[in-house]
Amino acid sequence: MDQFTFTDKSKKIFIALILIGVATIIYGVLDSSVSSHRIWTSALINGWFFFSTAMMGTVFIAINSASQSGWIVVLKRVFEAVSMYVPIGAITLILVFIASSLHWNHIYHWMAEGITDPNSSHYDALIAHKEPYLNLPFWWGRALVILGTWVGFTYIYRRKSLKEDKEGGTKIYTGSMVTSAIFLVFFSYSSVVASWDWFMSIDAHWFSTLYGWYVFSGMWIAGMIMVFLLTHYLMGKGYLKEVNASHIHDLGKFIFGISFLWTYLFFSQFMLIWYANIPEEVTYYIPRLNDYTWSFWGMVIVNFVVPMLFLMSKTTKRNRNVLAVVSVIIFFGHWMDIYFLITPGAMKADGQIGIIEIGMLFGYLGLFLFVVFRELSKAPLVVKNHPLLEESKHHRIN
Amino acid sequence: MTKEKFIYGMYNDDDLMIAGIKQLQSKGIHVRDAYSPFPIHGLEDVLGMKWTRIAIAAFIFGITGLTLAILTINYMMIMDWPLNIGGKPNFHFYQNLPAFIPIMFEFTVLCAGHGMAITYFFRNMTLPGLPARNPHPRTTDDHFAIEIAECENKKFSKEEIETMIAESGTVAVFEKERIVKFL
Repeated sequence: MDQFTFTDKSKKIFIALILIGVATIIYGVLDSSVSSHRIWTSALINGWFFFSTAMMGTVFIAINSASQSGWIVVLKRVFEAVSMYVPIGAITLILVFIASSLHWNHIYHWMAEGITDPNSSHYDALIAHKEPYLNLPFWWGRALVILGTWVGFTYIYRRKSLKEDKEGGTKIYTGSMVTSAIFLVFFSYSSVVASWDWFMSIDAHWFSTLYGWYVFSGMWIAGMIMVFLLTHYLMGKGYLKEVNASHIHDLGKFIFGISFLWTYLFFSQFMLIWYANIPEEVTYYIPRLNDYTWSFWGMVIVNFVVPMLFLMSKTTKRNRNVLAVVSVIIFFGHWMDIYFLITPGAMKADGQIGIIEIGMLFGYLGLFLFVVFRELSKAPLVVKNHPLLEESKHHRIN
Repeated sequence: MTKEKFIYGMYNDDDLMIAGIKQLQSKGIHVRDAYSPFPIHGLEDVLGMKWTRIAIAAFIFGITGLTLAILTINYMMIMDWPLNIGGKPNFHFYQNLPAFIPIMFEFTVLCAGHGMAITYFFRNMTLPGLPARNPHPRTTDDHFAIEIAECENKKFSKEEIETMIAESGTVAVFEKERIVKFL
């Protein structure tokens, strides 16, 4: 079974999920107790969560091409399929950005009219000071360049990979190393800039130099988990016969390791701000700790303690059923992480996790899976002519 | 110090050695151990080695380190001499926990790391200054050796074993004494 078929049953499930999402939005628009601001905030959370998950597919392919690693090759198509959501994810993000720029919502406080005007009633000196960087034209320019480049590279990787299936040889493989080197340098800067622009600027008064890596580590783990869960599903259906326990072990190690990277960065940011206790820095943690105490610490515990307890041992990392359960838990943990990047800044103390947030999560999940499954069915599940394919098939670690 | 005599077969390639081990095992000879200049994937499965328990040791060392760190910090910073650092609460351990986490983490890692290394050296008796136990200096360079104990293969005579080893693609077969136990 080399060719994945996108069954009607799963198509119906995903369309049902999308309809749940649409129904939630309609309900939110009609119900006067739900502010449109809440719907847009949720759209940004889910838009970024699934966009970043998909983006990690591209980044991980790039990392592995640049480092010439072989184990990944049998899983490359899964990464590619995940990455093909990037264009659609970019559109969902741009929709939120357009809405923010047109003042349909108030996620970005610095976009408010008159905020940089000294004569205005709600003039903000700090934001006015940041105006050379945080102004709409420059901000939009950065957003479009970043999203455009990321989408472009995603397409390049996918097209090259499909071309390699037909042509073979090592030319595309060696070429992809150069592409990856260029892309990774661009990505490592642009992902940081993106995190400033789209999330740190929600709390426009606040700043943290570590923020970009923090957002990136969250995105990395979400991507690894999504790829693992898809692999798990495909193996359960009898596809991907080439994938053995060692590949699963490697994915498990990544999920475990990046969870710790995330915790490390979270704690490094938190502890310095907690210790120094400078008013301009603690503004970020005060709403998170005072208004969201339990859910905020719960998120940290889920993202740190769950992988530590359940993925420390080698046996659980090689057992894909256990790994799948833990992965789903961490996956929602990281959804909560993105939630806390955005909501306390955008909605102050009014944020909640109710029918709108959950419903829209299902909607975006349906859209994401629909795109990914369609892409999986478009090409053979295992690449045919990659030079390291044999190495990957015989991948074996203890 | 106990010494025992073993029969060794030397190979000049790791694939040849694994093929040789499999060939000997199919004839009913028990191969005790193998020596290689670098780690070979799958060798431990071919030899039927038990999985290492060093992870358990590491966990115990880590827990010990964590407990020691917590007890020491609690004594120094809370009980004995509370210091007012930057106005931080200093009367309860849990209120000051974020500041202690780096120390707790570092001490856990320190104990786990050193404990693991020392346990490994002790278990394998490769502490600095101890005599080497590999059969031939070239097993640390470009050759590979297998070790067979005569007492474990009572079905065959010593000559039979040596012929069988020689037939499995070796470059040399010899008998040598090595230290089995130091104490």
